Amino acid sequence: MAQEAHGEGSALVFHPLDQFIVKPLFGDGPVMWYTPTNVTLWMAIAVLGIVALFVYGTRGRAIIPTRAQSVAEVFYGFVYKMIEDVTGHDGVKYFPYIMTLFLFILFSNYFGLLPMAFTPTSHIAVTAILGFGVFIAVTLLGFVKNGPAFLGLFWMKDAPAVLRPVIAIIEVISYFVRPVSHSIRLAGNIMAGHAVIKVFAGFAAIAAIAPVSIAAIVAIYGLEVLVAFIQAYVFTILTCVYLKDALHPHH
Amino acid sequence: MATETTAADAANGAAHGAVEAGTCVGANGSAIGMPQLCADWIPNQIFWLVVTLGVIFFVLSRIALPRIGAVLAERQGTISNDIATAEELKLKAVAAERAYDEALAKARADANKIVAEAKADIQKELDAALAKADAEIAVKAAESEKRIAEISAGAMEAVAQVAKDTAGELVLALGGNADATAVAEAVSARLKG
Repeated sequence: MAQEAHGEGSALVFHPLDQFIVKPLFGDGPVMWYTPTNVTLWMAIAVLGIVALFVYGTRGRAIIPTRAQSVAEVFYGFVYKMIEDVTGHDGVKYFPYIMTLFLFILFSNYFGLLPMAFTPTSHIAVTAILGFGVFIAVTLLGFVKNGPAFLGLFWMKDAPAVLRPVIAIIEVISYFVRPVSHSIRLAGNIMAGHAVIKVFAGFAAIAAIAPVSIAAIVAIYGLEVLVAFIQAYVFTILTCVYLKDALHPHH
Repeated sequence: MATETTAADAANGAAHGAVEAGTCVGANGSAIGMPQLCADWIPNQIFWLVVTLGVIFFVLSRIALPRIGAVLAERQGTISNDIATAEELKLKAVAAERAYDEALAKARADANKIVAEAKADIQKELDAALAKADAEIAVKAAESEKRIAEISAGAMEAVAQVAKDTAGELVLALGGNADATAVAEAVSARLKG
């Protein structure tokens, strides 16, 4: 698709998907599983960002926080309260795991918005690991905590007896679709936004529509700034909802 | 066309080893299809994702979250302590105000008592002074009366003497024999009568 738009002597050159290419950082060799790539680089930058905010920013341990520390505290309180509200008080012991997911997605999304950046969360391989990781962990946790009673999640006791098997089938299907929607929602949102910005950037090559194109890029960029946070939030709150199902399978 | 390129790249990669990045990038450096679906890159992404999540989890669970949790708990403690202290101070202030009011009321009562006492004292002194003055006046009045009595008695005597003398002279002047004693008796009888 990108291939066809390219060339043909046209002034318009679209490579909206080239920004997602994984490249080795050093040399041109094949990408082996251990090769340091731009994925490694941008994930490392996300880690450094998290360390800068949450370790360096809170080094004072001040009662009256500095600006960086109060930002870290806001994120801490935001996720902590989300878990308490959605999952209940027994979900709090999974706080570090959920915080890890939230911060990784948030920082990857925001660093991915820098020009020339690579966004790990725009790759389904990455979000699928996150989504299926949550799915498998939550399912195992549900069986460990509740035993076979976890299957009560699919059996609606307050539904009419005739409908219960039908509802159970639908519930099971929806349960197994969860990780797919969970991961594609994140990757799709991030990838679409980045690709749209690139398409508008391609139009900027024509002088007549360049102002429109640049205005559109600014508008979409503003939207993406929102989406970057909202997707991190949505992924986290859904994780909390799934965790609640595992801890309290009875509706 | 994309398929051809892919096949060519695959052949190329197989032939020359590390020359091309893989089957997902064309000869001109553009992506073939969606880079997200390129199987060559998936293991790399998964590996580095797992490493990254491990590092973030380690940093958060060992350093960042306990630290922030401790800071928040400490702040909460400080705030509740301060609120308790403020409450205590408020109670103290209320007690102090009550004590002040009591002291004020007591002072007012004392002042009233002192005023009453002073009034009573003054009244007593005044009464005493009045009594003394009355007594003195009575004494003076008695003395005056006595003197008046004396004076009037003296006047009566003088009148009697004058009458006797005048009577004796009259008797002499008329040619009688003035017996002093008889004249005195006659005058006295007249004066009484």
